[in-house]
Amino acid sequence: MISQVLAVVIFVVMFILIVSEKIEKHIVTLSCGLLTMLLVFGISMHSMAAITETLNLHTIITKSFWYTSGSSGESTSGINWATIIFLFGMMVMVEGMAKAGFFRWLCMRLAKMVNYKPVPLFIAFMLMSFVLAMFIDSITVILFLAAVTIELAKLLKFNPVPMILSEIFCANLGGSATMCGDPPNIIIGTSLEFSFADFLVNTGLIAIISLIFIVIYFYMVFGRAIAADAAKDIDLSAIPAPKDAITNKRDFTISSIIFGCAVILLVTHAQTGLTVAFIGTVVAIVTLIAAGKDALGLLKKVDFKTLLFFIGLFAVVGGLEQTGILEKIATLIGDISGGNLKLMVAIIIWISAIASAFVDNIPFAATMIPIIRSLSATQGVNLETLAWALSMGTDIGGSATPIGASANVVGTSVAAKNGYIIGWGRYCKSAAPATIIVITISMVIIFIRYC
Amino acid sequence: MEKQVIITISREYGSAGHEIAEKVAKDLGLKLYDRNMLDDIAKDKDIHIDYLEKYDEKPKRLFSSRKVGAYTNSIEEIVAEMQFDYLREKADTGESFVIVGRCAESVLSDREGLVSVFILGNPETKIKRIMDKYHLNETDSIAKIKRHDKHRKQYHNRHSNGKWGDSRLYDICINSSRLGPDKTAVIIKDYIKEIMDNL
Repeated sequence: MISQVLAVVIFVVMFILIVSEKIEKHIVTLSCGLLTMLLVFGISMHSMAAITETLNLHTIITKSFWYTSGSSGESTSGINWATIIFLFGMMVMVEGMAKAGFFRWLCMRLAKMVNYKPVPLFIAFMLMSFVLAMFIDSITVILFLAAVTIELAKLLKFNPVPMILSEIFCANLGGSATMCGDPPNIIIGTSLEFSFADFLVNTGLIAIISLIFIVIYFYMVFGRAIAADAAKDIDLSAIPAPKDAITNKRDFTISSIIFGCAVILLVTHAQTGLTVAFIGTVVAIVTLIAAGKDALGLLKKVDFKTLLFFIGLFAVVGGLEQTGILEKIATLIGDISGGNLKLMVAIIIWISAIASAFVDNIPFAATMIPIIRSLSATQGVNLETLAWALSMGTDIGGSATPIGASANVVGTSVAAKNGYIIGWGRYCKSAAPATIIVITISMVIIFIRYC
Repeated sequence: MEKQVIITISREYGSAGHEIAEKVAKDLGLKLYDRNMLDDIAKDKDIHIDYLEKYDEKPKRLFSSRKVGAYTNSIEEIVAEMQFDYLREKADTGESFVIVGRCAESVLSDREGLVSVFILGNPETKIKRIMDKYHLNETDSIAKIKRHDKHRKQYHNRHSNGKWGDSRLYDICINSSRLGPDKTAVIIKDYIKEIMDNL
C-alpha cells in the first residue's frame, strides 16, 4: 500500500513539475525515476527484481532486441530502450537532412510545382505535412514548413496563419498513421510488439480517411479567405529557387538516400525481422559515417534532453506498473464498461484525446499502455483494438489546443516570432472542431472494423 | 559622447522609477526606452500595438502555454524576447540610452558601458504616490502596488539568473523616498557621469 501511494505521489509530482516548466523536463523525470527506484522499489518493496525489470538493461543484449524471427516477441515493460535508440537514430538522420537543406528544398520545390498559387499551396502543404510526419518527427516537419510558409506569405502577400494551423493539424494526423510518426506510437509499437505495417493498415487507414475529411474541412474554413488574400501582381522572380536551399549537393544526395532506405527498412521490418532499435542504430551509424568530420557537430545537435526525459519517464511509469496501480485503473475501466468493448474503446479514445489536449501525450501514452495490456488480459478483449484507440486518442487529441502537441507549440512559436500571434481562441476555433471530427471518425471506424 | 553607456533602471511600483529615468535621460541627453519600444516592434512586425501592450512585462501564465526545446508559445515570453532582441540590436549600434525595466540589466549584462540601477521606496510614500496618481483609496493602492510588483518580480526572475531587487545584481540601489525623485535623479546622474568619465 505504501509503495502504491509513493509511486502515485512521485508520478503526480512529476506531472505537475513538467507542466509548470520550472525545472527542465529531463531533470524532472530522471529525478522522479531515481526516487521511484530508491523509495518505491528499494525502501518500500525491497525488490531488486522490480529495479532490474524497470531498468530493462538486460533486454538490450538479447538477440530479439535487434532481430525477431517473424513471430511477435514478448511485450516489454520498464524503460523502453528500443524507443530511445530508435528516436536517437532518427534524430541523427533528421539533423543530417536538415543540414543538407533537404526540408527547405522540398517545401520550395512543392511551392514551385503549384506555381506559388495560395489555394493549391494551402492544399499541397497540408498533404506534404501529413506525408512527411509519417516518417519524420512532427517538430521538424512544422519547423521547416511554418518557416517556408511565412517566407512565401510575405512574398506572395497572404496571411500565413490559416496555412500554419492546417499544417500543424495534418502533421499530427500524419504522425498517427505510422509507428514512427508520433512518440506515443513508437512507445505503443515497441511496448506491445506491433510492426510498422500493423500501424499502417490500422491507424494509417483511419488517418488517410480522416485526412480526406480534414482537407475538405480546412478548405471550407480557410479556403475562401486564402483565395481572397491572393495578390495578383506578384514578382515570382523574387522567390528563391528550390535548388538554392541545398547547402551541399553531396550531403543532400546522401541524406536523401539514407532517408529512402530508412523508410524502406521501416515499412518492411516485419518481413525482414529487423527491429526498430536495429534500424535506428544503422541509420545513425550510416549518417555519422557519411557526415565525416561533421559527425560530432551532428551529434551535438541531437536532442539528448528528450531522450533522457523518456528514460526517466519510463522508470516512473514502471513504478506505477510494478506496484499494481495501473492494474487497478484497468479493472476500474473494465467495471465501468461492463466488458463491453465498444464502451472500452469509447472511454480510451475520448479520455486519451481530452487528456492529450491539455497535458503531454507522451507520459499519458506511456501510462496507458500497461493499463490497456491489463484490460485486455483481464477482460479478454483484443489488445490491438485498444491500442489503436489509444494511439488515435493520444495522437489526435493533442491537436485541439496550442499546448496539446509539440508541433502546435513549435508552429505557433515560429508564427509569433514573425509577428503572427496565434492565441488560444484563434487556434482552438479551427483545431478543436477538426479534432472532434477525426476522433469521431476514428471511433466509428474502430467500432465497425473491430467491435 | 564617445563611449557607449547604457543605463538600466529597474524599479518598484510607486517608487517614481520611471519619472527618475526620464529626468536622468533628459539631463544626460540620452534617448529613453520603455513601453515606447513596442511602437517600433509593432511597426516592424506589423502587429497591433494593443496586442503587444497587453503582454508587456507580464509573467508567463501557467498551463496556458508550453515549451518545446527553445520554442515557446507563451505570448508573454515571445513579446519579452522581441523586446530583448530590440535592446540587443540597439546596443549593437553603439547608441547610448536609458532603458526602464525589461530585465535590461541581465539582457545587456555583457555590455561594457552598462550601469544598472534599482530604485525602491518606502511603502507609505509609494502608497501615497499611487493614491494621488490614480485617485485610489489606500486599500486599492496597496493592492495595485502588490500586484504590479509581483508581476515584475515573476517576469524578471523568469528571464534572469538574478533575483529582482537583489542588490548584488545592480551597480546602485537607491531609496527614492529619502530625497524625492528630483534629487534621486541628480545623484544617479552624478554617479553615471563619474563612471562615464572613467570609462
